[in-house]
Amino acid sequence: MSMLKLENVETFYGNIKALNSVNIAIDEGEIITLIGANGAGKSTTLMSVCGIVHPKRGHVYFQDQDITHYEPEKIVSLGISQVPEGRRIFPQLTVLENLDMGAFLRKDKKNIKNDFDEIFTLFPRLAERRTQQGGTLSGGEQQMLAISRALVAKPKLLLLDEPSLGLAPIIVHQIFEIIARINRDNGTTIFLVEQNANMALKIAHRGYVLQNGVIKIHDTAKNLLANEEVRKAYLGV
Amino acid sequence: MEDFNWKEYLKDSFISMLWFSLLLFPMLVMKITVKGGMADVTYRWGYLVVIPVSAFILSALWKYFRERQQGGDKADKRGEIAALFRRTFIENRTVKKVSIISAILIMAFYPVFSGMYNTNVMISALIYIMLGLGLNIVLGLGGMLHLGHAAFFAVGAYTYGLFFKYAGQFFVDAGISTGWMFWIALPAGGIMAAVFGVLLSLPVLRLRGDYLAIVTLAFGEIMRMVLQNWGNVTGGATGISLIPRPWLFGINVTPRLAAVYIYYIVFAFVIISIITVSRLENSRIGRAWEAMREDEIACQSMGIDLVRNKLTAFILGSVWAGVAGVLFASQTTYINPDSFTIWESILILCIVVLGGTGSISGVILGALIIKLLPEYMRAFAQYRLLVFGLALVLMMIFRPGGIIKKVRKIYRFPLDEENDAAAEGQN
Repeated sequence: MSMLKLENVETFYGNIKALNSVNIAIDEGEIITLIGANGAGKSTTLMSVCGIVHPKRGHVYFQDQDITHYEPEKIVSLGISQVPEGRRIFPQLTVLENLDMGAFLRKDKKNIKNDFDEIFTLFPRLAERRTQQGGTLSGGEQQMLAISRALVAKPKLLLLDEPSLGLAPIIVHQIFEIIARINRDNGTTIFLVEQNANMALKIAHRGYVLQNGVIKIHDTAKNLLANEEVRKAYLGV
Repeated sequence: MEDFNWKEYLKDSFISMLWFSLLLFPMLVMKITVKGGMADVTYRWGYLVVIPVSAFILSALWKYFRERQQGGDKADKRGEIAALFRRTFIENRTVKKVSIISAILIMAFYPVFSGMYNTNVMISALIYIMLGLGLNIVLGLGGMLHLGHAAFFAVGAYTYGLFFKYAGQFFVDAGISTGWMFWIALPAGGIMAAVFGVLLSLPVLRLRGDYLAIVTLAFGEIMRMVLQNWGNVTGGATGISLIPRPWLFGINVTPRLAAVYIYYIVFAFVIISIITVSRLENSRIGRAWEAMREDEIACQSMGIDLVRNKLTAFILGSVWAGVAGVLFASQTTYINPDSFTIWESILILCIVVLGGTGSISGVILGALIIKLLPEYMRAFAQYRLLVFGLALVLMMIFRPGGIIKKVRKIYRFPLDEENDAAAEGQN
């Protein structure tokens, strides 16, 4: 069963076409990455999935259910969580409160506690800082918090928007390792939007290359890493 | 303080001294009297001494406090002292308990040992505490700049007033004391305010910041204008008078007794509001409000319904104002649109901002200061606005968080206690 399917999605900002007939299919348990340059429409693709902007034409299917025109909260309740670009944690709320906001739609209080513990084993740094305000964390810790916050919603599909943004290479490495681990251990399907194509393709199964709102190339991650065009344009080799 | 630059300090003060002398010379030194069509100038040279000296001193003080605020080498030590103070007085549970209990006791017996005038003054201060707490939900937690809070206050008051005006005769005919109407109007006022809150929310939900402020401001004025100009329904500018006081076991109450009785009703409501607001603040919905204040997009990606969230904040804030309005109408027994001007909204805003946005104790203190000080300092009534403005400006510079800054409670997960106990054991 396909987890997420974008069918000829076209999204507009006013009169400006940001996405032009985008087709993406993600199967359960996969890590799919969408790479592209600035302004290619990567974030727009994600926002079209999670309902913050609605596509004008085309359809978005989540587990064969048409979610094209659903409101964001409805989409989250179906099991799609987003880690927004630039982390967007709540700076004045503590780490625990931030996590609790992630579990906003969950009713099973008992299990939430277990999930918090799970997250703290995944990110021991956050456990140390659980009562600290989100804004006082370092960039890497904030990214960890943003990912954890999305995870406590128990998503089937996790959308990550540029998790490497503004982080030191070593931290980026850690973050990507954890992303791969989330996929491996929990079986969470991951849709990763990245500029850091090199890192993203190393952990992904398949990749899509977006250019000016159009999907240019679609292949397995291995092939993309070897693809001459991709290497030149995005890997800087 | 080796790096303290006395020269610079004196020079700046000296310049502002000259500047002020020049500016104020025509205003204070020269006095023009017009006699028989001829202007006569008298020079009051005494001021030429007073202005520079006071300007120098004020400027020096200003500089001193600014520097102090900015830190410098003494800041750390002051921070330590402040932390010690906080630990011993504010965060200490016994001290906190004792002060809360004594405050409640003092307030509970306040009408017993104070006269009717003082009781009435305190009632209006308490009503403003309720208004402030209501606005605190919208502004302090939800982060929405709401400048039309007085409109909901008016909705509550007029619910009671109009109810009395049109249904009063029915109660008299049926032989039921009109005092009962208060108890019907009380929930009705809250409900009506909620309805109007929803009405206002519909256009407002998409707005943010300045735009929201403008729309709410306009809403407040519209409400007042409607009340003022819809004469044959609302009584227009003359308002509604002889609104009955609350029923008290059929006793024909004297004004003094009525004041005491209303005092206790209002007092009870203030306590209820304080408890409710503090419970709300520490609930998931309260945190959702705060999250919404901080980042709307992140909220959406958490699955928080922004529309519903804003709506609840608005409605709850309005309900409080509505109930306060009914209490106000029963206290004064007379209402007219002049009690619900934009100035009233600004006053409530001042209470919240001055006291400490988001902090309950701050709002209480702010309401007491803003309502009680002008009342007991009538001699300086002319300067009230001046002092207000000055206080707000100084506040924004020296204590931007308000008199009592909001201290965020550390959130503990309900089932987290075992872990905490373990953590404390390690410490």
